[in-house]
Amino acid sequence: MAIFLTKDSKVIVQGMTGATGMKHTKLMLGDGTNIVGGVNPRKAGTTVDFDGTEVPVFGTVAEAMEKTGADVSVLFVPPAFAKAAVVEAIDAGIPLAVVITEGIAVHDSAAFWAYAKSKGNKTRIIGPNCPGLITPGQSNAGIIPGDITKPGRIGLVSKSGTLTYQMMYELRDIGFSSAVGIGGDPVIGTTHIDALAAFEADPETELIVMIGEIGGDAEERAADFIKENVTKPVVGYVAGFTAPEGKTMGHAGAIVSGSSGTAQAKKEALEAAGVKVGKTPTETAKLAREILNAQA
Amino acid sequence: MDLFEYQARDLFAKHGVPVLAGEVIDTPEAAREATERLGGKSVVKAQVKVGGRGKAGGVKLASDPQDAVEKAQQILGMDIKGHTVHKVMIAETAPEILEEYYVSYLLDRTNRTFLAMASVEGGMDIEEVAATKPEALAKVPVDANEGVTIEKAREIVAQAKFPAEVAEKVAEVLVTLWETFVAEDALLVEVNPLAKVASGDILALDGKVSLDANADFRQPEHEALEDKAAANPLEAAAKAKGLNYVKLDGEVGIIGNGAGLVMSTLDVVAYAGEAHGGVKPANFLDIGGGASAEVMANGLEIILGDPDVKSVFVNVFGGITACDEVANGIVQALELLKTKGEEVTKPLVVRLDGNNAELGRKILSDANHPLVQRVDTMDGAADKAAELAAAK
Repeated sequence: MAIFLTKDSKVIVQGMTGATGMKHTKLMLGDGTNIVGGVNPRKAGTTVDFDGTEVPVFGTVAEAMEKTGADVSVLFVPPAFAKAAVVEAIDAGIPLAVVITEGIAVHDSAAFWAYAKSKGNKTRIIGPNCPGLITPGQSNAGIIPGDITKPGRIGLVSKSGTLTYQMMYELRDIGFSSAVGIGGDPVIGTTHIDALAAFEADPETELIVMIGEIGGDAEERAADFIKENVTKPVVGYVAGFTAPEGKTMGHAGAIVSGSSGTAQAKKEALEAAGVKVGKTPTETAKLAREILNAQA
Repeated sequence: MDLFEYQARDLFAKHGVPVLAGEVIDTPEAAREATERLGGKSVVKAQVKVGGRGKAGGVKLASDPQDAVEKAQQILGMDIKGHTVHKVMIAETAPEILEEYYVSYLLDRTNRTFLAMASVEGGMDIEEVAATKPEALAKVPVDANEGVTIEKAREIVAQAKFPAEVAEKVAEVLVTLWETFVAEDALLVEVNPLAKVASGDILALDGKVSLDANADFRQPEHEALEDKAAANPLEAAAKAKGLNYVKLDGEVGIIGNGAGLVMSTLDVVAYAGEAHGGVKPANFLDIGGGASAEVMANGLEIILGDPDVKSVFVNVFGGITACDEVANGIVQALELLKTKGEEVTKPLVVRLDGNNAELGRKILSDANHPLVQRVDTMDGAADKAAELAAAK
């Protein structure tokens, strides 16, 4: 089992024929992802060869879904065109759209989120500005390196890409059910809470690692959710204790505004919900290991 | 990016929000002509990106052009909460103010929607209103795709309980303010106070605007709004090289890949620094994925150009990027800086993990640079970098 993505997922790539799309489509295929097509209206009807695997290019998401039964789209579309691409995916009714693109204007992400909502949220959006998600040994939808770790019993949800990789590496001997990078933008589709709920329901996930960072109040709300709804152990990490107020720390959403969005407040909220919070990524991994060892 | 009041005023005017005339100047003498153009009287307003300037004496009424010169002289150079006043706005004097209101649009991150906020209790700090009289602050979600039509504006006005005689005028202002918010790709537009004056008109007397840097690609005019003079020179140099850099006040220079990992690196260095005389991170610098030698060299150049930096911690987790490429990047960067006559003189601690880490570590060991030390765990490397900074 896994969350959101399995070996049966049929994946298309919007923006496959661009440089980034090409590079990562090849890597995803190498990780066993069932990539059934790409989308580019200007190259519809052609195919792209990835080391012997011929991937057809379709004109629209709807056409790709109709011809292949695709149920996941990964988007490597440049920021200026990302809103239109996400809206197209929503209109086609694809169940999962993974938006890797970094640098999308907030007015665009707020618009496609409002649009998804107005259509009944039939399309789950992950991202934007995220590394995507991986179910080790089954499928990889995004840019998370497929060779860090193996299938296992830890579920991971994180705002940060590199901290996702770091944590998967620290706990690579135990392995992961799924790892989901939800992105560091102010407006994102899938939240910590969505992933926590899915991991709670996933029988193969025994422990959840949750990585947050400064900005917004997603971690505080996740803490409330954990208190009420999560029975599995959760270990947390929050980045940005030393971030000064009013400065954006790399991720568009990573900013402390006045007294809100601080790492300290997030850590305290998580601890109050019974989450063990590590001071460093390494210590966080150690806490997770201790809990799993005690259960064994 | 937060704007100055005069820049906000200009954007409001551009989109039809009613404002008073005003122009920005940076010498006292220029206040004379500016005041003459306004008919002989003006308000001299300090331009600082911080609240409370009125209380600090940064806003003064000038009764004639000579008085404006004197008031501008008093205000220019003034320190308001750590912000030096370099510019003042010479503004038209407001007609008699009868009432002060508050209106704004912003992103509500929690609910992933835009939000209109409005109150008839304007003129003061809105956070104080929210804390002491929350019932006086209406918060109305605005759908990004539906926007603020006149009907929606009337709904906001009704919820905020504006008096009937101004309701329609305020609603009209709300529509033009929404146009400003959308057309300029703003994260915040705020008018405080929105004033009802003796003539019955509604005027935006002061405002705040914050713009989304991610929209720069379609907002070519926004670059000119940047306050380049106030930017930290290191931050400006980093920006010119396309690097994601924030100057901090510590001693350990930081380079890493990925925003989350770099933020985490700052924290880990600060913890490690507690055992080494309280040394702290000197900066945030994310070189992103695929760190080429050139990007690494650019990053090192910025960090080594910071006189506060005593040691450097390069913290890289090779994801898609292979660590051997990163290691080669570091070695080449050191060579590159040497040929540019900027030889590295500060100790570097390098931690490489992940994809091809063994190969990357070997490259660093073989290069055997006297100032480069390899430490293979993040916590251990942070401790070493802090120790080296403290020893200097």
